[in-house]
Amino acid sequence: MKYTKRNDGRKFNETRPITAEVGVIKNAVGSAKFQIGKTVAIAAVYGPNNVFPKFLQKPNRAILRCNYNMMAFSGSGDRVRPGTNRRGKEIGMVIEKAFENVLDLSEYPRAAIDVFIELPQTDAGTRCAGICAASLALADAGFEMKDLVCAVSCGLVGDQVVADLDYSEEAFEGGAVDIPIAITPRTGEITLLQLDGDISKEDLKKAIEFGKEACLKIYEVQKQALKAKYEEAKE
Amino acid sequence: MIVSKEYVESVIAQGKRIDGRKFDEYRKIEIEYGISPKSAEGSARVKIGDTEVLAGVKMELGTPFPDKPEEGSIMVNVELIPMASSMFESGPPSINAIELARVTDRGIRESKALDFKKLCVKAGEKVWLVFIDIYPINADGNLFDACYMAALAAIKDACFPLLNGENKIDYKEKSKNKLPLVKMPISCTVWMIGETLLVDPTPEEEMAADARLSIVILEDGKICAMQKGGSMALRTDEIFKMVGIAEEKTKEIRRHFK
Repeated sequence: MKYTKRNDGRKFNETRPITAEVGVIKNAVGSAKFQIGKTVAIAAVYGPNNVFPKFLQKPNRAILRCNYNMMAFSGSGDRVRPGTNRRGKEIGMVIEKAFENVLDLSEYPRAAIDVFIELPQTDAGTRCAGICAASLALADAGFEMKDLVCAVSCGLVGDQVVADLDYSEEAFEGGAVDIPIAITPRTGEITLLQLDGDISKEDLKKAIEFGKEACLKIYEVQKQALKAKYEEAKE
Repeated sequence: MIVSKEYVESVIAQGKRIDGRKFDEYRKIEIEYGISPKSAEGSARVKIGDTEVLAGVKMELGTPFPDKPEEGSIMVNVELIPMASSMFESGPPSINAIELARVTDRGIRESKALDFKKLCVKAGEKVWLVFIDIYPINADGNLFDACYMAALAAIKDACFPLLNGENKIDYKEKSKNKLPLVKMPISCTVWMIGETLLVDPTPEEEMAADARLSIVILEDGKICAMQKGGSMALRTDEIFKMVGIAEEKTKEIRRHFK
């Protein structure tokens, strides 16, 4: 099915408006809020923490634990039942993998770094918004990182490759393919990639290009947010 | 900041508090409505000092209780997520989360703040169930009052969902019909450390406290819910002293809801 004009009038490679803020949870070691369109993610980092039970400890490095959670009132349809679920656990795990290559975990052997991601409002692209917030929170906490991590969901809506699908596009009646991508912007390497739907090789390539382009824009917003906190501190 | 019970008590013995406030002084209270307008039927953010709580209302259709066939109902849930404090852990709700939720629930339910009859769609068959989910995201003391205020603010912000022809919820559109919030019961928790009564404690003061009393008061001065906590026994005169403080403070808090 043809998709000629985006529901909210954006260009096909254009993301929704993005805002980011660092240091939003005072109790946490590091924290951030990341908003893309109507999707809002808050991330808080605690640690390095002790690890119990002890067999989970790694003798040569810290473990990274990411917890992804949608607040009960954050879904577009019915209430989301609070507590752990399979979807949340899997997303937490792929987010961990998106950061393990970027953090220097050998600095804290036997410890754990805990990242908590909460979503008060969702409009698709939640794991990507969560990654962007977590990346800022880890940087805010002062953990050494090779790079920030930027993430966006790209894909196919009807016959058209687009960047940053919203919920109405994911639910497009002519079918949609959702491809969450996370990159390390300085090297352009991909640290998270998922896909569901059916898509040609050419369209996939184009979607990844759109994703990289959008991530560079997100990178700028992230850097500004981090700088803003330190400029505030200077005053 | 980690301080001992003895330190908190020694500061209080000098007639002071560790952060310099007066005993009956709240930190700055801020209420923001509609923090999740895309998804929730109603939502709010409440800040008391550095304590920050988000709350949202979601509504579902369900069958009424057999003894109240013409009334809808509320369900209050508090999640003490580890994001908010290093003292909180993941997992099923702790007893603290359950107590917070139940005290909030009673304040709203027993005062009949919501006109439960107006939550009826078809008597004996279909009524509205109002789910109020409360998430402290930064816990810095006085979650009792903050959670309660967030719940009340989220209800105040909430509108009914629209129903389609088959009496099912149409999530694509929202109505402008506000929930029937007919009364504004306000909660104030008074804490006791030794002989001293105070409000809006910091976490250090909460840990040093011997007793607390949450009191929910209506605009006309009627008391509609209470919960005593802590292991110290209270004398009747102490209880009425606490009620007196709550009367004054709820007047102050009430103004923030206008």
